[in-house]
Amino acid sequence: MTDASMDSVPVKGTLTTVDARTKKRNAAEKRFKAYGIVAILIGLFFLVVLAVSILRSGIPAFTQAEMQLEFVLTQEEFDAAESQVLKTKAYENIFITKLQDALTEKGLTVAFDAAAIERLLGKPGSTIREFYRANPDQIGQPVTFSLPASSRVDGYFKGRVSRDTVVDSRFFEASDLDLVDALADAGIIVRNFNWNFITGSDSGVDHPGGAGIGVSVIGSFFMMLVVLALSLPIGVAASIYLEEFAPQNWFTDLIEVNISNLAAVPSIVFGILGLAVFIQFMHLPQSAPLVGGLVLTLMTLPTIIISTRASLKAVPPSIREAALGVGASKMQTVFHHVLPLAAPGILTGTIIGLAQALGETAPLLLIGMVGFIARAYPEGVVSGFIDPNSAMPAQIYTWAARADAGFYEKAWGGIIILLIFLLTMNIIAIILRRRFERRW
Amino acid sequence: MSVKLSVSALAIAAVSATAAAARDNVQIAGSSTVLPYASIVAEAFGDNTDFPTPVVESGGSSSGLKRFCEGVGENTIDIANASRAIRESEVAVCAENGVTDIIEVRIGYDGIVFASQQSGPAFTAFEPSDIFNAIGAKVLKDGQIVDNTYTNWSEFNADLPSAEIAMFIPGTKHGTREVFEEKVLLVGCEATGAMKAMIDGGMSEDDAEDACLDVRQDGKSVDIDGDYTETLARIDANTNGIGVFGLAFYENNTDKLKVATMSGVEPTTATIASGEYPVSRPLFFYVKKAHIGVIPGLKEFAEFFISDDLAGPSGPLAQYGLVSDPELAKTQQMVADEKVMGADM
Repeated sequence: MTDASMDSVPVKGTLTTVDARTKKRNAAEKRFKAYGIVAILIGLFFLVVLAVSILRSGIPAFTQAEMQLEFVLTQEEFDAAESQVLKTKAYENIFITKLQDALTEKGLTVAFDAAAIERLLGKPGSTIREFYRANPDQIGQPVTFSLPASSRVDGYFKGRVSRDTVVDSRFFEASDLDLVDALADAGIIVRNFNWNFITGSDSGVDHPGGAGIGVSVIGSFFMMLVVLALSLPIGVAASIYLEEFAPQNWFTDLIEVNISNLAAVPSIVFGILGLAVFIQFMHLPQSAPLVGGLVLTLMTLPTIIISTRASLKAVPPSIREAALGVGASKMQTVFHHVLPLAAPGILTGTIIGLAQALGETAPLLLIGMVGFIARAYPEGVVSGFIDPNSAMPAQIYTWAARADAGFYEKAWGGIIILLIFLLTMNIIAIILRRRFERRW
Repeated sequence: MSVKLSVSALAIAAVSATAAAARDNVQIAGSSTVLPYASIVAEAFGDNTDFPTPVVESGGSSSGLKRFCEGVGENTIDIANASRAIRESEVAVCAENGVTDIIEVRIGYDGIVFASQQSGPAFTAFEPSDIFNAIGAKVLKDGQIVDNTYTNWSEFNADLPSAEIAMFIPGTKHGTREVFEEKVLLVGCEATGAMKAMIDGGMSEDDAEDACLDVRQDGKSVDIDGDYTETLARIDANTNGIGVFGLAFYENNTDKLKVATMSGVEPTTATIASGEYPVSRPLFFYVKKAHIGVIPGLKEFAEFFISDDLAGPSGPLAQYGLVSDPELAKTQQMVADEKVMGADM
């Protein structure tokens, strides 16, 4: 503006001297940049706080204080225990006796009565029983068992329980900690990596040591199979029709608006729908991953349809016109040219939709997948779909509600595993997009 | 068209698959107070018998009984857990839907305790009247029934610490709420004389009782609809907070909570069993008799639940915090005979 020919016009400033208005504009721009940086920093701060607190609370769940002991179970002891009503308790008592014998042999100086040892143990009975029922030939042979210690012992190793906090507890006495220390010195109590947490099943509220997330991972897996098998074909077919074939009129507009609205419907609504339609009307089994998958399909469909339509739209019309121009039918155009080009976008949308469904708890509440459910691995594919099971987020929710602090830790550990799954899925989506996406 | 066809084919296949494989596990839902006990029993049942582990869901006594009363058949639950006895109205709904034969099983007792932060103000002794004065909607002040304006515990009881009132009580869908109202609020209302004043003021006895149970809505008392874990989180965040917990939950969290006596009695399994501690309630589960013999393991599970080995004084349930029922033998006999409610006792 400050051209030589405009000398007659009063000059407000030159390129080299900065006038007040420019200063103001520059300042505004600087401020805006600063706001942006602050916003990002706040976001980052919360992300770091979240990550740190999840890791700090969850990592202890991956280790477990265990009692290791080698002992011999005789046939008589086995028969006597099997004749009891509460067989697991009988095995627990056998283990306590064997441990006492071993300690006497070692010449431990700390008092170790049966009651104290019982307080240190976290329900070892069922593990021992299962082992001998599956391997009857091991009766009479020396076998080394690694059995989870009680939640308090575990907490003592992880700093959750200290000598001060056990004072009021009915489950534990301060003197028990002396015994724990002595057993740790003797190498009987060790803190091991907790494989059972990753592969195991849910456990009763009184022994968090036996709880694992493995079975609910399988539950989630079968649900995702249902979601994938239904929502991908239905979603893609619906979007191809709407995008490529459907006439533009008020009816298709209405459908479009409704699909966008469905994407915003709270997931609990789909849960109520699932309860009414799938369980009460169609009589599908309660707590089954099949029903969970159907409900989550309803929830995922709009996401997939919207992302599929977006990626179909992104394919330039020239490609369609070229195909039609050389004589392809409309369907050939779509399936030979448009769909392959849109595939990376569709896959990305599907994976993100699945990831969303994987973390969903609310609809599962209503179809009976939240509670004490994930106890046994399904015996085959059909049983995987229809036998009662839980899902990862539902399992985490259940653990978080339990009284024992050991379960709280497990809930955080479960969150870490769930996040690993979600991150993996999102990374796959990003890689697919990066490798196959075409830009025009 | 082909998509539609394959979808309906899938749905049909799914339905027929389930029709072929009958449900072989017991389905339980209901009270979140009974849930821990039921899950301990369910796990032991799965570990000790050849039946599959029952499925135990939570959700509160009322919602459990509602699902229980939906009808008879495989897609309804077999057992409802409840932290209160079933109501007449619920029995009527049940009967309407064809659930007529219900076996009521009392598993034991649970104490309701008032606990606050371990390091918070010294809330160590309460009377029902204190609780009523703190959270009742209308209280007696200087001989008049007025809207509750107390903000500090020491305003009405000099023995209590000077701390802001902040109570976290169970929401209305919990069975615990009913016991809390009946054994604490109502008793407190009578003890403070508020009830008498209300009746003298022209209210009918029923109306006065209802008025006694009204809780102030100005934020000093908060309904917790979730589990005790939520109450614990609230207490953790509020030094002055006082929460209502089940005894078992408190005993699992003694490192964070300290308990207050009620009417001078400390809540322990012993004082609750003897009836000295005033705020306790029986816990139940209800069995659908029509499902016995249809759902494998249902009767066995009911019998297993209340066997001496589990629900007895030295069983795992008592260890977790259940106050075992002195009349357990009677209940065992009742379950063995499959005696339904309403039949001659």
